[in-house]
Order: sequence, then C-alpha cells, then structure tokens
Amino acid sequence: MTAAVVIKYAIELVAVLLLALGIKGLSKVRSARAANQIAAVALALAVLGVLINFLSTSGIDSSAWLWIIGGTVVGGLLGAITSQRVPMTAMPETVALFNGCGGMSSLLVALGVALDPLAGSDGEGTGALVAGISIVVSVFVGAITFSGSVVAMGKLQGWLDTPAWMQSKLRHVINIGLAAVSLVAAIALIASGGDQGLWLLVIGSSLLGIGVTLSIGGADMPVVISLLNSYSGVAAAAAGFVVGSQMLIVAGAMVGAAGLILTQVMCNAMNRSLVNVLFGGALGASASAADQGEYQGITSCSAEECALTLETAQRVVFVPGYGLAVAQAQHILREVAELLEAQGIDVAYAIHPVAGRMPGHMNVLLAEADVPYEQLIEMETINPEFPRTDVVIVLGANDVVNPQARNDSSSPLYGMPVLNVEEATTVFVVKRGLSAGYAGIKNSLFERPNTSMVFGDAKKVLSGLAQELRELGVGKAKVG
Amino acid sequence: MNDALSLNDALWVLLLGSLLGLELIGKVPPTLHTPLMSGANAISGITVLAALTLIIKAGSSGNGGLMALGAVSLGFALFNVIGGFLVTDRMLAMFSRKPARQKEKR
Repeated sequence: MTAAVVIKYAIELVAVLLLALGIKGLSKVRSARAANQIAAVALALAVLGVLINFLSTSGIDSSAWLWIIGGTVVGGLLGAITSQRVPMTAMPETVALFNGCGGMSSLLVALGVALDPLAGSDGEGTGALVAGISIVVSVFVGAITFSGSVVAMGKLQGWLDTPAWMQSKLRHVINIGLAAVSLVAAIALIASGGDQGLWLLVIGSSLLGIGVTLSIGGADMPVVISLLNSYSGVAAAAAGFVVGSQMLIVAGAMVGAAGLILTQVMCNAMNRSLVNVLFGGALGASASAADQGEYQGITSCSAEECALTLETAQRVVFVPGYGLAVAQAQHILREVAELLEAQGIDVAYAIHPVAGRMPGHMNVLLAEADVPYEQLIEMETINPEFPRTDVVIVLGANDVVNPQARNDSSSPLYGMPVLNVEEATTVFVVKRGLSAGYAGIKNSLFERPNTSMVFGDAKKVLSGLAQELRELGVGKAKVG
Repeated sequence: MNDALSLNDALWVLLLGSLLGLELIGKVPPTLHTPLMSGANAISGITVLAALTLIIKAGSSGNGGLMALGAVSLGFALFNVIGGFLVTDRMLAMFSRKPARQKEKR
C-alpha cells in the first residue's frame, strides 16, 4: 500500500463520517446550518480523494483537466446563480430542478460507460454481469429521476396541467406498458450489451418518469419530490457500482435511505399514504358533486370592519398559506402583527405542517420576513387554543382550514389534520375570490356564520388593514 | 480505484450505507423538512465523483467524445451540488438569525 492509497482511504473515511454527521445535524434546528456546511466540506473532500487517487496512479491527462475545469465552471456557476436568484416561494420546484440534474448526471455516466466499457469497472464473467446490472439501474433510476423532476417542477410552476386521459385508468395501462418496455430493454442490454437496448431503456424509463409523475396532483408534489430525491441517491449508488467507487455507493445509499424516511415522515404529516400518492391520481378528481356546488350565505366585509374587530381583540391568530407568499405579503403581515402587539394584543401564527407547498416551507417564508420564530406555533399546539382566540385571519390558505376534513366523510380531504379555526369567535378569510383551493374542493368554512370573507389580494388587504389600524390609533399607545 | 473493490465489498458497503441512512433521520420537526430535503438533495449530487472518474479514464485513453459526455455529466452534478448547498444555506440562515434580532428589539 503506497502512501497515496492510504491518504485516499483516510480522506474517504473522513468524508463519509462528515456526511453522516451532516445528515444527522440537518434534522435539528440548532445544528442544521453547520451540518449543511459540514456536508459540503465532506463532498469537497471526496472530490479531492478521487483526484489524489488518480494523480498518484495513472495520472490525469491535460485534456481531461480541461474538461473537468470546463464542467466545473459552467455547472458550478449556474448552480450558484440559480441558488441566489430563485425566490423562496419557488423552493419546491428549485429542489426538483437540482434533483433532476443529479439524476441526469448518473444517467450520463452510465451511458458513457455503456458506450465505452473501458471507462468503467473492468471485469470478466460475473464482473461483466454486475457492470451490466449497475448500468441498467443507473440509467433507469437516473432517467426517471430526471424526467419526473422536470414534470414535478413544471406542475408546481403551473406550466403543466394533468391531461384528462391521465385521470383515467388508461394511465395505469400506459405506465405498465412503459415499465415492460424498459424491462425488456434492460434484459437485452445485460444479455447482449447492444446499443439498441440501451437507447430503448433511456427512452422507456424517461417516459415512465413522466407518466407516473404527470397524474399526481400538485398538492402531493412535495412527496413526489422527496421520493425522487431518494431515487437520485439510488442512482448515485448505482453509478458507484458502475465506476467502482465505494465513496459513491455509501453516500448514494445514505441519501437514498434517508430520503425514503423523509418521504414517509412527509406523508404522515399530510395524512397521505405513499401508495395513494403514487397511484391514486390527482386529489379532487373524484370530488363528489356536492363539493362543487355554489357557495351560499357568504358574508363579506371591508378592511375597515376587519380593523375595528381587531382593535378590540385580545388574541389574534394568523393562518398564513401559500397565497400569502405568492402575493409577497409576509413583510406587510409582520407590520400588521407588530401594530397589534404594540397595542398589547397577543399575536401568533398557526403553521399547518404542509402550509406553503412543502412541509416547513411556510417557516422559511415567514423567517424571510423576520417574523419571530417563537410566534410560529405548530398545529397540535395551537388547535386547542382556538376557542380562546378572538380573531383568526386566514391569509391565502384554504384546504388546511377546511372543517370538512373533520366532519364530512365523503370529502376527499376527510382525515387530513386541519387547523380548527372555526372555533374562534370571528374568522376573517382574506382571499381573491371564491375559487377552490389546491385540492380543488369547496370549503364549508366560508359559509359559517362567524366567518367573513375579505376579498382582495393579500398584500393590498393587509396594507389597507395596516392603514386602518394606524388611523384608529392602534399601536400608538406604546410606540408613540 | 476499482482494483480494491470486489463485488462482495461493494454490496456490504451498500448495505451498511443504507442502514446508516435509515438510522440518521428519525424525528425531524416539520420546520426542517424543506431544508433537509434540499440538503440531502445536494449530497446526492455526489455523482460528481463518477463524472470525474469517467472524464479521467476517458482522458487516459484519449477518447474526446467520452470526455465531453463526462464534462456534461460533471456540469449537471455540480449544478446540483453547488446550487443545493447554497440554497439550503440561504434557507437555514433565515432560521439562525432570528433569536439575535429578537433580543435587539426588546
């Protein structure tokens, strides 16, 4: 064993250890940021390990250096720019995009090795079989990850809709057909190593990724992204087998397994089963006729009336939803909250586990607007407090405050944990219109006698509210 | 790199790596789901190692086309890694500066 080999193993061991610490630390609020940086260092070390290993053995050709530097500069720069430019509201689709690119990378490596076996793990007999299988897995999972992530991103951005035929049972036939094509291609590739099998596999698995993801409703997309994230770990581990890298296998397996657990945790938070998400089709597609009916007995009011009610309240709870973030109204919301607090009114924010588009997304969005972390209260904690709350203001949230999830067993939402806002004395729902929420279901909260709709864009309504409150002299008592 | 790696070793590594991954995340507060997903996603860009290996090996056999393919793969992987870590850091930075600001105000 030469010194270089020892160094390489030492670096890899440290890198694996740091990666494990990184993933562990990311699951605790206090250590999360440092843990993310530790994981980044671990990845840099792993790259260093590969370079040292080759420098000490076969050396690295100068043309290879050129390509390495080229790929690094282009990919790294684009990644850095994207990460800084993207708005926090678009976080789920950004993660999907990054994730798809990781899958694409594994796919391309396996493709390269399949086209030119010299570049991969050199082996005879069982070695060739293993190489064939790992190439198949890497191409298959990599392609599904890429095409699935792109579709997920398109759906979250609103670029893609679920086509009608995707709602029918026909989609299962098509997907099973695509899976069968991929399987045949995979067997052909392993048996004979022909190029036709390879391309057929690429095409079949890419289409399968699209077919499976396209039928899933937007509300379930976070679960899909989390699952695809787990897949990209599997693809990386398979690529590890392809090029014979222990480091890659460990890291890929770790991310794959951790991603699976995270997916499960998210499913639990949304009260959905993974099987249901993947094969159940879009939520709301099966909504009964009663859910689609017209609203009756709606009361609406102006920002002024809302301000008058707020003035006399003791305890106010805001329920922020994705609509708030889309309207970029988090900052003005914080201003309103500060006015109320200065008046001595108790203010809290009720955070549903899936508020925003992903679990934890709303916390990020409110944190961006400097809302104090201690005022964000999770659902289990705040639900018993609603009867003691004077005013609840629902801002751009809909399905997570729908009482039907508790009362109406025929509702597609039935069983999903929701915020029991209707138990408060008065509920204001700030909304642009009476359109259905993300799940496409009517909300009986709007028809309750203690609910008033404040129609308008969240940002405009909140600025109006802030102005009314100031005119009423709210918040002056202690500030001025 | 592959000289030392037998199939047997590779499978053990796969098994232990998976078990480790299953153990690492037990209880995650919902607040952290988004950053954790994003961070784990950045780590899955570890395929940079595979892309590097491909380029270097193609380089020693003078295969320009394969090197180009490897470079594209490397680009995709690094887009995932760099972008993923930076965006996760951006999210987590918002959480950590919170307590400090609170004290300032009071």
